[in-house]
Amino acid sequence: MFDYDKWQEIFNTISKNKLRTFLTALGVFWGIFMLVVLMGAGSGFQNGVLAMFGGHAKNAMYVWTNRTTMPYDGLQAGRFTQITNDDIKAIENDLEDVLEYMSPRLYVPSTEVTYKNKGEAYEVRGDTPYLLKIDAIDLDQGRFINQKDMDDRRKVVVIGMEVAKNFFGKNKKEEAVDPIGQFIKIQGVDYLVVGVVASDRRGEDATEDNKSIFMPLTTAQQVTNRHGKIGWFVCTINTNYPVGLAENRIKTLLKKRHRVHPEDPRGVGTDNVEEELREIMGLFNGISFLVWFVGIGSLLFGIIGVGNIMLIVVKDRTKEIGIRKAMGATPRSIVSMILLESVFITTLAGYIGLVVSIGVVYLMKIAAGTDVQFFLNPQIDLKISLGALAMLIIAGALTGLVPAMQAANVNPVTALKDE
Amino acid sequence: MIHLKGIRKSYKTEFTSLEVLKGIDLSIEEGDFVSIMGSSGSGKSTLLNILGLLDEYDTGEYTLDGVLMKDLSQTQAALYRNQFLGFVFQSFNLLPFKSAKENVALPLYYKKIPRKIRQEKALEYLEKVGLKDWADHLPNQMSGGQQQRVAIARALISEPKVILADEPTGALDTQTSHDVMEIFKEVNKQGITIIIVTHEEDIAEMTNKVIRLKDGNMVTE
Repeated sequence: MFDYDKWQEIFNTISKNKLRTFLTALGVFWGIFMLVVLMGAGSGFQNGVLAMFGGHAKNAMYVWTNRTTMPYDGLQAGRFTQITNDDIKAIENDLEDVLEYMSPRLYVPSTEVTYKNKGEAYEVRGDTPYLLKIDAIDLDQGRFINQKDMDDRRKVVVIGMEVAKNFFGKNKKEEAVDPIGQFIKIQGVDYLVVGVVASDRRGEDATEDNKSIFMPLTTAQQVTNRHGKIGWFVCTINTNYPVGLAENRIKTLLKKRHRVHPEDPRGVGTDNVEEELREIMGLFNGISFLVWFVGIGSLLFGIIGVGNIMLIVVKDRTKEIGIRKAMGATPRSIVSMILLESVFITTLAGYIGLVVSIGVVYLMKIAAGTDVQFFLNPQIDLKISLGALAMLIIAGALTGLVPAMQAANVNPVTALKDE
Repeated sequence: MIHLKGIRKSYKTEFTSLEVLKGIDLSIEEGDFVSIMGSSGSGKSTLLNILGLLDEYDTGEYTLDGVLMKDLSQTQAALYRNQFLGFVFQSFNLLPFKSAKENVALPLYYKKIPRKIRQEKALEYLEKVGLKDWADHLPNQMSGGQQQRVAIARALISEPKVILADEPTGALDTQTSHDVMEIFKEVNKQGITIIIVTHEEDIAEMTNKVIRLKDGNMVTE
């Protein structure tokens, strides 16, 4: 199928009509360039915002208690409710069908943590093994809290990255030490370090996670002398069940158990990631609509531009076509010449547009790095890009076809008279 | 070679119909060197376009080399043009973005002849019209006479049976006109039929046979 002569003829014509070629190519180039860069920027923004949630389970909800504001069942307003182990068990029983993971937490009041002669105030939390499945933290070294720790109320801790760096990292005087197996002192009691975790969130949230120390919930309950008591809890709901619904069930259950007025806005507090996420997703839908609207618009203009230029080209070449016909060119050879020319130019221009825009998106990625909030790792959907390119080429061919047919039917006499 | 019988042609617009040829009977034999003369509007260019299969006629019969040329599709017309005919125009009609050599080689491209042979033959024919050294020049770098010689070389390269020239000297001065006519004479000696449309008597005198047209009719000599 490859006709070297034909291509030679086409290259010859293209290279000797540079302005015309350039104008045709520009429309296509711009169309594909805009689409890809917009898609890249859109996805970068989306990834950036989603990364702020980190590896947070998107189906998680948080439950805590605070003072009531309404008297109920003979009890005064202003009473403080306290979640207990029994509440957790009741919830686990009642919501067995939809509950995925449950992780209650109890804070150990802020206190100085020391290792050898180094000391600093860190947040110390009593947590359960399930936290790792819910919260945006990843295990970096060693292990996380396990059920045995819980059962035996072991004095073990998992520390955040910052804590590990501060206590065991390399500094001017000392070499780095493996944190696993070391003992740190909390409220004067030794705890064995069994693991290090790193936050999957970004910015200040990450620093907060990395500056925390995690111990078994049961141990925390013991050392704070708050047996059976829970500060608050986080749980995840099966993904096919609406979090909002589960949230209401848990709220109602807790209010009933703690004799809080069902209409009381306070007393039991909840929050879930899903709602927040839904709002942000709505924003993304808007952005992605805009991206597509502008992208397809510029693509369309590119196509119209190509068609337009092809019309002008044919007008411009009427005489040339007349001469070629007088020299024995068949209508078919004229059509194929003009079509191949337009397809070649759109393909090449589209390809260059694709490569350049991918380059630009890559530069955006490097420039943004990981420091810029709201923007991370812009991605290009290659399938969509190639699809757009294919569309552009086909449209270029179709819009080229009409003028090509016109050209093929040019009467050589009129064409040659056209002085 | 060429036989016309009762050829009629009229140009119709929405409101008027202008009959340009009113029944032409004409025979041109192989090897003839013919000029068609007539004043402006006599129908001479139209006749030449019909002979060159560039235009269609309404009624009558046109046989070229024994084949009836009627109701040809564009593709067939292109094929016969490529096979039998060479054209020379008043305004040369060279492709401005192609060099002399490439212009001459163009008809062979449509005959699907390989590039290398095309190039060689183009040089050979440029030599015949004395322009071998100008092979790589663009048309606008050449004089009118040179351009017309390139156009003649282009008409000759496909080895046509008939060369049709529409006012080939119309844009040239007397001396160059005569040079061009000399080339036509040379070509004619090799047995190629040449038909020239002109309104210049001295050009017509150099041909072997003169056909005069007046208001779409042939005037007997």
